[in-house]
Amino acid sequence: MTDTTANGAPVLTTQDGTPLKVSLARALRREKMRSLVLIAPLLIFILISFLAPIADMLFRSVENRIVADTLPQTVAALSAWDASSGELPGEDVYAALHDDLVIAAEEKTHTRLGSRLNYELSGMSSLFRKTGRRVDRMDEGNYKEQFIDIDKDWGDVETWLFLKRYSPKYTPGYFLNAVDAEYGVEGIKMKPEDERIYLYLFWRTMFLSMLITGSCLLLGYPVAFLLANLPLRYSNLLMILVLLPFWTSLLVRTSAWKVLLQQQGVINDTLVWLGVVDDLNRLVMINNQTGTIIAMTHILLPFMILPLYSVMRTISPSYVRAAKSLGATDWTAFWRVYFPQTIPGIGAGAILVFILSIGYYITPELVGGTDGIFISNRIAYHISSSLNWGLAAALGVILLSLVLLLFYVYDKIVGIDNVKLG
Amino acid sequence: MNLKTLILATTATAMFAGTAMAKDLTIVSWGGAYSASQNNAYHKPYMEKNSDVNIINDESSPEAVAKLRAMNEAGNITWDVVDVVASDAIRLCDEGLAMEIDHDEWLAPAPDGTPASEDFGDLIVSDCFIPQIVYSTTFGYRTDVEEWGGKEPQDICAVFDLENFPGTRTLEKRPINNLEWALLCDGVAKEDVYDVLETDAGVDRAFAKLDTIKDNTIWWSAAAEAIQSLADGEAVIGSSYNGRLFSAIVEQDQPIKMLWDAQVFDLDGWIIPAGVSEDKLPLIKDYIRFATDTQRLADQAKYISYGPARKSSAPLVSKHATLGIEMAPHMPTDPANATNTFLYNYEWWADYRDDLDAKFQAWLSQ
Repeated sequence: MTDTTANGAPVLTTQDGTPLKVSLARALRREKMRSLVLIAPLLIFILISFLAPIADMLFRSVENRIVADTLPQTVAALSAWDASSGELPGEDVYAALHDDLVIAAEEKTHTRLGSRLNYELSGMSSLFRKTGRRVDRMDEGNYKEQFIDIDKDWGDVETWLFLKRYSPKYTPGYFLNAVDAEYGVEGIKMKPEDERIYLYLFWRTMFLSMLITGSCLLLGYPVAFLLANLPLRYSNLLMILVLLPFWTSLLVRTSAWKVLLQQQGVINDTLVWLGVVDDLNRLVMINNQTGTIIAMTHILLPFMILPLYSVMRTISPSYVRAAKSLGATDWTAFWRVYFPQTIPGIGAGAILVFILSIGYYITPELVGGTDGIFISNRIAYHISSSLNWGLAAALGVILLSLVLLLFYVYDKIVGIDNVKLG
Repeated sequence: MNLKTLILATTATAMFAGTAMAKDLTIVSWGGAYSASQNNAYHKPYMEKNSDVNIINDESSPEAVAKLRAMNEAGNITWDVVDVVASDAIRLCDEGLAMEIDHDEWLAPAPDGTPASEDFGDLIVSDCFIPQIVYSTTFGYRTDVEEWGGKEPQDICAVFDLENFPGTRTLEKRPINNLEWALLCDGVAKEDVYDVLETDAGVDRAFAKLDTIKDNTIWWSAAAEAIQSLADGEAVIGSSYNGRLFSAIVEQDQPIKMLWDAQVFDLDGWIIPAGVSEDKLPLIKDYIRFATDTQRLADQAKYISYGPARKSSAPLVSKHATLGIEMAPHMPTDPANATNTFLYNYEWWADYRDDLDAKFQAWLSQ
């Protein structure tokens, strides 16, 4: 214990003379390494089975190797061509196209390229299919004329412009599409009014999800309060009532709402019978936004109630009693003492409901009609129906970024530490 | 049980399991009444004939295109035979996900010796596609609508006629068929429909026609929804597949009637995924040859009102298996029903689908 630091204070050391600080750090590092090894299997599992596939899927939003892979010589020959000249490329490009297409037609990759380019320019699909059928029967030389003979689109500068534009290995095309823009002949611009849809859908998804979260909170808070404060035998029964729909299939619940809400449905029939509503003016409550909001609020309600309940249960009743004994009214005691303590539960429930509702698509598809569908319906469509996975990935990236952004904002305003699931 | 018998027994089980595995045949279809009809007409007789074959049913046809692409990328094809509609078959063929086949080599000739490619004729719309049935998308209407005052829709344009036939319509949530019908009722001749739709003005014209009924329309995405809406009286007239309408009208006795006018024929059939294992191929070939022969296709019509794709099957179509009614008058291809039909242009839609779908969705959300 004779060493001193620069300012003269003695340095604490262990028995063998190493400074205590170093020794402690070493011990802690060993501890950390050990825990890292312990969680390594899980970490690697998540990395391989969850993060890597997502990253791979999202990467498709910019990936565009198909053009250069299918038509390598054409792409090389086209690089010398000036699209703005307004003239068709020279004979060498057509010859390269012929050579590429003969190989592509043999490997049956030309149609795949056609459906890829068709996302950008209608008509490319049949152009490639048609040309691929005839390309091996072409005579040598004078390819330009022969190609234009097969389909006049090969004599259209626009076809070549798009081919050149989409020949790089990476493309902003999908992202532009995902925000209702296009990379047309005159460069990047917004799509015509009657084709814009995605930005509006993003906005609507966010807006409706917040509305649904709000109504879940409004309906769920009193229920959770009752659950937490009723005597056990009543609260157990109530808990079963909350959980029962939670265990029922999503499709069954959605269809049940259809039966209830449609114009010839139970609610309308009852209202007509009571004389509240005229038979000819039955209420329209489904196949529109109202339908989506009602059905999804019901479906997501347990996700709000359960975190709220588990937080409320831990709040000791003595706080409210103390507040009241100090002269607070019922409302003040609730608002100033009880409510602030439930905020962690509200945060957890709200985040849970919001995130779940942003990604919902079955319920909106079934009850949403035209103005109650979400962006996820379009993503699902592009994944399973149009096969435009690039666009689906781009929409997914935007949705993910929006959620992360909202998360960040939430963290700044409420604080993410303030979230409690129990 | 001594050790020797135990070993013998295990080996025997293992060998049995091994052969059984090799004879599994995974067939993907649509589920519901349609799969049931295939099960009765194809699968059961095939398994009776080949007792060592085990057919596994998978009901993934609605997502078949996406799933086949995913399987192809993963390099692990787990399906053997897949039932898809013709437009999907064309897409799968374009994407290189379905196998191109020689129809005359794969399929049995007609009983009179006509080669399969002639027996199926124009219905072979793609080199990968083995046609099975002809179905149609057509309209059904309720027969008990008071506001109609006893009138009944006579033609397709009744759908757009809110004055004489008020009430809610139900249409499929996609541009295909709807745009064509709209143009037909806007005075475009049948043969010009696709030429008109190719222009922006033509598309606007179709949407303008659809605008007149937009507020009175429920858009469905699953065929069952349309039937449900009609049965509940939620909609008074709506489009659906003729087989679904048949089962609502005949099997469930709903007050609905068919409006065959301007029905749009479509095809459904088999494709073989590209990249199925070589040793599976003989079994697949054998099954396909059996399931698409003249008698089998005619048999399927006993269970569901879809027309067999072979010309030679048509005379063999008989009575419904349980109801005992003649099936021929319920076939979309029956001359009485097919007086005015509309031909769906696959090639055209392959080109314009992406573009028009975006426009359609934007129009819906306006």
